[in-house]
Amino acid sequence: MLTVVKVMTVHQDDIEKLAELARVRIPAEEAAEVTARIATILGLVDQLQSVDTAAVEPMANPLDAVQRLRADAVTEANQREAFQAIAPAVENGLYLVPKVIE
Amino acid sequence: MHDLSVAALALGLRNRDFSSTELTQHCLQRIRALDPHYNSFISVDEVGALDAARQADARLAAGETAPLLGIPLAHKDIFCTSGLRTSCGSKMLDNFIPPYDATVTRRLRDAGTVLLGKTNMDEFAMGSSSETSFYGSSRNPWDTSRVPGGSSGGSAAAVAARLVPLATGTDTGGSIRQPASFCGITGLKPTYGRVSRLGMVAYASSLDQGGPMARTAEDCALLLNAIAGFDPQDSTSSEQPVEDYTAQLAQPLSGLRIGLPREYFGEGLEQATGERVRAALALLELQGATLVDITLPHTGLSIPTYYIIAPAEASTNLSRYDGVRYGHRCENPRNLHDLYTRSRQEGFGEEVKRRILVGTYALSAGYYDAYYRKAQQVRRLIRQDFLDAFTDVDVIAGPTTPGPAFGLGAKTSDPVSMYLEDVYTLAVNLAGLPAMSVPAGQVNGLPVGLQLIGQHFDESRLLNVAHQLQQASDWHLQLPPEAGL
Amino acid sequence: MNWEVVIGLEVHLQLATESKIFSGAATRFGAEPNTQACAVDLAMPGMLPVLNEQAVRYAVMFGLGIGAEIGLRSVFDRKNYFYPDLPKGYQISQFQEPIVGRGHFDIQLEDGSVRRIGITRAHLEEDAGKSLHEDFHDQTGIDLNRAGTPLLEIVSEPDLRSAEEAVAYLKTLHSLVTSLGISDGNMAEGSMRCDINLSLRPAGSETLGTRAEIKNVNSFRFVEKAIHHEVERQADILESGGKVVQETRLYDADRDETRSMRSKEVANDYRYFPEPDLLPVVIEQSWVDSIRASLPELPAARRERFIADYGLGAYDATVLAAERPLAEFYEAVAKGCGDAKIAANWVQVELLGQLNRNDLQLSESPVHAPALAVLLQRILDGSISGKIGKQVFEAMWAGEGDADSIIEARGLRQVSDSSALRAMVAEVIRDNPEQVQQYLAADEGRRKKLSGFFVGQIMKLSRGQANPQMVSNLLNEQLADAGKNGDT
Repeated sequence: MLTVVKVMTVHQDDIEKLAELARVRIPAEEAAEVTARIATILGLVDQLQSVDTAAVEPMANPLDAVQRLRADAVTEANQREAFQAIAPAVENGLYLVPKVIE
Repeated sequence: MHDLSVAALALGLRNRDFSSTELTQHCLQRIRALDPHYNSFISVDEVGALDAARQADARLAAGETAPLLGIPLAHKDIFCTSGLRTSCGSKMLDNFIPPYDATVTRRLRDAGTVLLGKTNMDEFAMGSSSETSFYGSSRNPWDTSRVPGGSSGGSAAAVAARLVPLATGTDTGGSIRQPASFCGITGLKPTYGRVSRLGMVAYASSLDQGGPMARTAEDCALLLNAIAGFDPQDSTSSEQPVEDYTAQLAQPLSGLRIGLPREYFGEGLEQATGERVRAALALLELQGATLVDITLPHTGLSIPTYYIIAPAEASTNLSRYDGVRYGHRCENPRNLHDLYTRSRQEGFGEEVKRRILVGTYALSAGYYDAYYRKAQQVRRLIRQDFLDAFTDVDVIAGPTTPGPAFGLGAKTSDPVSMYLEDVYTLAVNLAGLPAMSVPAGQVNGLPVGLQLIGQHFDESRLLNVAHQLQQASDWHLQLPPEAGL
Repeated sequence: MNWEVVIGLEVHLQLATESKIFSGAATRFGAEPNTQACAVDLAMPGMLPVLNEQAVRYAVMFGLGIGAEIGLRSVFDRKNYFYPDLPKGYQISQFQEPIVGRGHFDIQLEDGSVRRIGITRAHLEEDAGKSLHEDFHDQTGIDLNRAGTPLLEIVSEPDLRSAEEAVAYLKTLHSLVTSLGISDGNMAEGSMRCDINLSLRPAGSETLGTRAEIKNVNSFRFVEKAIHHEVERQADILESGGKVVQETRLYDADRDETRSMRSKEVANDYRYFPEPDLLPVVIEQSWVDSIRASLPELPAARRERFIADYGLGAYDATVLAAERPLAEFYEAVAKGCGDAKIAANWVQVELLGQLNRNDLQLSESPVHAPALAVLLQRILDGSISGKIGKQVFEAMWAGEGDADSIIEARGLRQVSDSSALRAMVAEVIRDNPEQVQQYLAADEGRRKKLSGFFVGQIMKLSRGQANPQMVSNLLNEQLADAGKNGDT
């Protein structure tokens, strides 16, 4: 039923770049295996390229619905205490992260 | 008590045959005794459940008769529950206790249900076997060496093992229907937009939909009645009016046209499973339905389409887990980059990271048009297949899965073979349609599911067909071996 | 080498909504940290955005104000990057289908010339939170109150050619958005923030040079300084044979320099795609038409009206029409006193002068429009002279009361009693025979000059309260008489 047009080649350093973009780390010993798996998935996905979609509008929503607008009203009260009770590091009402250098 | 349907339990509660507290205690006892075999729960909230049961008993005593008042249930651990850990099956959220309820959770609290606990699932709903859970695999009550399916595997196993009469699930690519099929229960994925996604941890926003899992179609209808409806806080929620989903259950099937997609009965479908599905369809025919051959030509493309759209959306939905405001944070981050990378490295499991990488790839510069945009175009073609078919038939039917539950670990090393398992369920999510899985007999002691697919917002018709099938069969009443204890 | 400066500006404008663009949290400035950050703003699991209608209306108002095409269908996208002030790990913005398309407005330069500046587009997006770097033992504190505040990002064409033009552009834009009432335009609170894209090219060249982007410049003065500095920096590089690097730079107001922000440059790949939690925004033409019908008067139209209705000159009209509060103040004074020109003069010279000297906003002025109008009436009806009027205005500014009570209390009412004035004129003529002789001997031209001397003496005698018009008439009369007498 499907024609595979081309098999996408993904290299290990591509995967490392993606991992950096996504802020995940692939341990060196797993990099090759992860690369191979992703290449297989992308191979599957390359089947899409065989379909002619020149005249097809991308479908963002299954019902082709449009955005509803909300009245401009303040409905949320301050819940800082509840939210920060589950935060890993806070001080004086601020969330803490390692120093950001600009 | 645990063998009664929700409708029968509600009657028993109203007639004071037993109290909600007794019913809740009974369920909790079964969970304590049996769940070590199934690992279907991540969290059990005994204190909260007994408290809710007492409140329900007070309301019952005051003469209230709400249909789910005092009925115990379990939520898939993807629905936020105020004050009760919501882990989504991930180490990332192992310590996450939300200060708010999901809309589904709130509606069911308001309906007077008794929340027993949160069920096991594939991490962030990414999987078809419940094996990617940080809390270990759930097991299939029909054969504990096999998977219960996924990602709502815990809910399916808990309902099948009669630990709880009702559970919620979510379905992004089959995650209600496939485990329902594997565990021999009834599950409904509603039309996209029918049930609010607010407070339901997002996997793939344009595909995710919550729905009921229960033993019967009637019980699913009762649960859907409580959770369906417009939510102003979910932009993708539909304003389409809600029906009473129990109203059409008794409708006879005469004149009903059921379409059988050629693509769902071809190569890949295991023979014995196909036979069970055809036998169930023959029962429907006996009740007056007409079976019609149809074609859904883009079916095969639903796998690549789904495996672009879902990871792409997931890759960015999961960016919020950064160790800053909640969730897992690594020890002693050296700098900001280390905080992000190590927290996410430690917090996410392998399948989640793999899908994040695939999604990141699909969206990265130069690939958006070729992948995500292309997939959204093909998605329209897939939906059009269904719309064309529905000009001739009322309901579409076929198998839920190519075969019954597979063994634990059988497919974990080959994600693509696992993805291929979803071939009959994915297109429904891409098209936003409602669909059910209904028990249709067994193959070698393992349940098989019949899938019913309806037009947008035609949940009543699906429930009607499933209910009529269940009136004429006893597949949904079969008890897994160890659950009889 | 003679360089041409090419500047395009991206302005991030906070819209004056009550609640955030995608949540019901308040947008008020200056609240305690994280007290206006709700579950949606904090990107808690399962939280979803819902679009604020007012933000969309304000964007449409802006589009109509610059004669732009309004996107009847616009789409929100996710712009993905990790930063601690961006809780979701993506910013919801509009990339391919913005709500406001191509438009333009005119800016007026100090020499009176007018230039038309193109607007490429304007789109809606959410603001990020704030990072606070001080006092947290080598950690950064994150305040997410600002996260989710609606922004309109307004992108100009690279049509600006100097710091002066850039500042005129920003002032005109400021006047437009405050007149529309869609933003408070408060630059000190970050309501209007500016990124500058700047490149140089040899004068006469058509191709654009490599540009640098200077981020987050937050006052008119800093925009001017940052541009001057950056022009010099790029010219130095080019003249010494180097190449300008395309990069993001930060203007450091304390050191008056721009420096490279390398940290933000690392492999930006924003992976834009349509936000699946929001649906396409589709607005009706009829809604746009109704917004158009209810638009307040805009500065350009007001300026034309001031010229046509009040007979103001182009410069006066531009100044007075630019900001709605000043324009309203001026019109109240003009209508109250009945003379648009004297009102224009007083509002610009006396009122704005005092405000500037005291570093006050118009809203803080101790003299209100109706009170100023009464003062001008007293000048116009001859009760006091213009010069005395200035004294009265200063007293009003100092809080001594209204014009009439000050005139009364200080006895400043103009002497218009003709017999008293006649006596004073006669006295001055009698006491200055030499000057009278000079006057009589002079021709018409010199006579005018010399009569000033007599007027001055008379005003002195009356302690400034003589009605100048009457003095002038009586003086002419009596000098003419003196001439006749002399002849005989």
